[in-house]
Amino acid sequence: MSLITVKVNNINVEVEPGATIFAAAQKAGFTIPTLCAWFEIGHTPGACRVCLVEVEGQRNLIASCVYPVTEGMVIHTNTGRVRTARRMVVELLLADHPQECNYCIRNGNCELQRVAEQVGVKEVRFERTYFPETGGIDSSSPSLVRDNRKCINCHRCVTVCEQVQTVSVLTPAWRGGDVKVVPAFDMPLIESNCIACGQCIMACPVGAIYEKDDVDAVWKELQNPSKHVVVQEAPAIRAALGEEFGLPPGSLVTGKMIAALRKLGFDKVFDTNFAADLTIIEEGNELLKRVKEGGKLPMITSCSPGWIKFCEHFYPDLLDHLSTCKSPQQMFGAMAKTYYAQTAGIDPKDIVVVSIMPCTAKKFEAQRPEMNSSGYRDVDYVLTTRELARMIKEGGIDFLNLADEAHDAPMGEYTGAGTIFGATGGVMEAALRTVYAVVTGENLPNLNIIPVRGLEGVKEATLKVGPLGDVSVAIAHGLGNARKIMDLIREGKANYAFIEVMCCPGGCIAGGGEPIPTTNEIRTLRSAALYKDDGGVQKYRQSHENPSITKIYDVFLKEPLGHKSHELLHTHYLARGTDAPHPLPKRPEGHKSHELLHGHVVTRGSELVHQACEGAEKDPLSPEEKR
Amino acid sequence: MKADNDELLNEFSAEKIAELDGIIAKYQGKPGGLIPVLEEAQVALEFLPVSVQKRIAKGLNLPLSRVYGVVTFYSFFTMTPRGRHTVRVCLGTACYVRGGKALADAIEKNFGVKKGETTPDRKFTYESVRCLGACGLGPVVVVDNDVHGRVKPGKVKDILNAYN
Repeated sequence: MSLITVKVNNINVEVEPGATIFAAAQKAGFTIPTLCAWFEIGHTPGACRVCLVEVEGQRNLIASCVYPVTEGMVIHTNTGRVRTARRMVVELLLADHPQECNYCIRNGNCELQRVAEQVGVKEVRFERTYFPETGGIDSSSPSLVRDNRKCINCHRCVTVCEQVQTVSVLTPAWRGGDVKVVPAFDMPLIESNCIACGQCIMACPVGAIYEKDDVDAVWKELQNPSKHVVVQEAPAIRAALGEEFGLPPGSLVTGKMIAALRKLGFDKVFDTNFAADLTIIEEGNELLKRVKEGGKLPMITSCSPGWIKFCEHFYPDLLDHLSTCKSPQQMFGAMAKTYYAQTAGIDPKDIVVVSIMPCTAKKFEAQRPEMNSSGYRDVDYVLTTRELARMIKEGGIDFLNLADEAHDAPMGEYTGAGTIFGATGGVMEAALRTVYAVVTGENLPNLNIIPVRGLEGVKEATLKVGPLGDVSVAIAHGLGNARKIMDLIREGKANYAFIEVMCCPGGCIAGGGEPIPTTNEIRTLRSAALYKDDGGVQKYRQSHENPSITKIYDVFLKEPLGHKSHELLHTHYLARGTDAPHPLPKRPEGHKSHELLHGHVVTRGSELVHQACEGAEKDPLSPEEKR
Repeated sequence: MKADNDELLNEFSAEKIAELDGIIAKYQGKPGGLIPVLEEAQVALEFLPVSVQKRIAKGLNLPLSRVYGVVTFYSFFTMTPRGRHTVRVCLGTACYVRGGKALADAIEKNFGVKKGETTPDRKFTYESVRCLGACGLGPVVVVDNDVHGRVKPGKVKDILNAYN
């Protein structure tokens, strides 16, 4: 189809048919403020009315985020009428919003603040004087807090919950001025099917949904002299933490992160990546055992606690497909309170394990009652990337000027395989590297398994693994995509041996605890940082090469899937069921822009990761060239 | 499943539940079936408590949140039982200045209900409305389809007691 020509503020632009006024204005070089729209997931309800523009021949102002252009349309984005209307809209939103900005969790990173500044609000003439202190705050979940007083009814959280994650816990209820976003029957989140992924936090423009803050509890432990506090950091932290301190997305800040944690007072700074390597040994061997002994296939990864809870709710009949391996976070905790306690000669009751995770569901996972196989809680506290950043700021640490430091032994050593757990496809790649080596006795000719990388919704690959022949695998990220694969398994049509599922679109680097904003572009950059860590920084790139892992099997665990492993590193699942096992929602045909949900290629994203990887291979620091 | 059934049986007879299942079955797999199911279910069961909404969600394979969202959106649907009669007091401007508020207070006091509530004997559901277009008769009380005009607060009790 031919392009449509429109005039925006006297500038002619050509756009695709069906493009919105917003897109046309952008092309002409004008930014229109918006609050409710989130184009990446196809959410443009036209609800907030901030993006109003004037179109010649139209009596009323028009919501540009949702209105398609027509041939010859004459648009004005910056008239007196438009500016007055926008200001009024934002003023009214502010009038109905608690004036708690100074101590709001989103202070300085709030879209309402930003838009108020952008449209030039100078006063609020209609201020509501009274907001209840706690009314409308739901803090029942161990992971999330919802504060409906601050909700501006953009309903992005509803779309991400229903369309992207297909969990459908949140809904707008009631109508008119009474509208509020709630779970069905206004039930507390903890009673709902909420899987605690926190993607609603990432969607929220204001402080209406946020992580449950455990910072003060951790401060308290750090200041208790009788406690030995150890910390582990998930792979995704090092690829994102810098953003909280103004570094560009994709900055790899491993050394500064370690230095900051030490300055905060943690007694030992270990790494979740060590436990990721351990997971690969256990999970890889579990896969081989299932293949050889005719166990349940396809086997599915179990690292992502949001995914696990999703499976427990919506696919309780398929739980035996899940690997019995605990997630790296929990494996780390179990090892810290047994193996480390033993080697360091510390009573496990005095050891406090703190995790830094990109994930809100990890807070839920750490509290699962069965996660105490050592006799103590595997993990005592979970902080998100954002909480760690707040601690570092509160601790007065000049993050940007910290000199790099290195991890402590014995649970800080890790390989590139462990680090790529943070990106979608990473667990699969790490597992294939080790499975190949275990089966064939030699390394993969090329350790970069490119087909499993990138932001495509569902990825498939087949790898020839010596005597096992062709091993087919699949990778899904975002639960809408996971649902597609799970439905295939239910129908008996999934001919894969191994499936990796990550709850959040993009994997852990875009988890519900990561810096806000997180966009597809940022997902790509953070993933690239991890692949750079793998290809260019780490000495070893395969989990079984990790000397600390070899040692832990020699002196403590004895063998993969052995007695001790079963006791400490494996777990079981709970069929929770749901009130409505609803299917993947159908979106209207012709709805573009929602690549993540539909699982088609986000070509640009994929290519960027690949380019970054190629860059990493040529990196002068890469292990090959160092030797 | 059994717990859900027990929850339903607390409110409704087995026949009514079978009727509900029939309504659900009629619209199963049809797009846009939710609103007609809710409408027919409400006619059959008089109200749509949590147990009924759960049954409908499961039957139509929809998220519970969607069902709840639709039920709360439309004022036609109710989650609490309605009375045999609906009493509407007009609180539009004209009725209000001519004593509508006093009528509302009298009903709330005499029958122990607040706006939107139903009397414990399920005789009346009490609501307020904004203007019925009968301002000349204000203050107005409407019981079902009967319009009572120029009502004095002292007379409200007698008017309502005439219904059973």
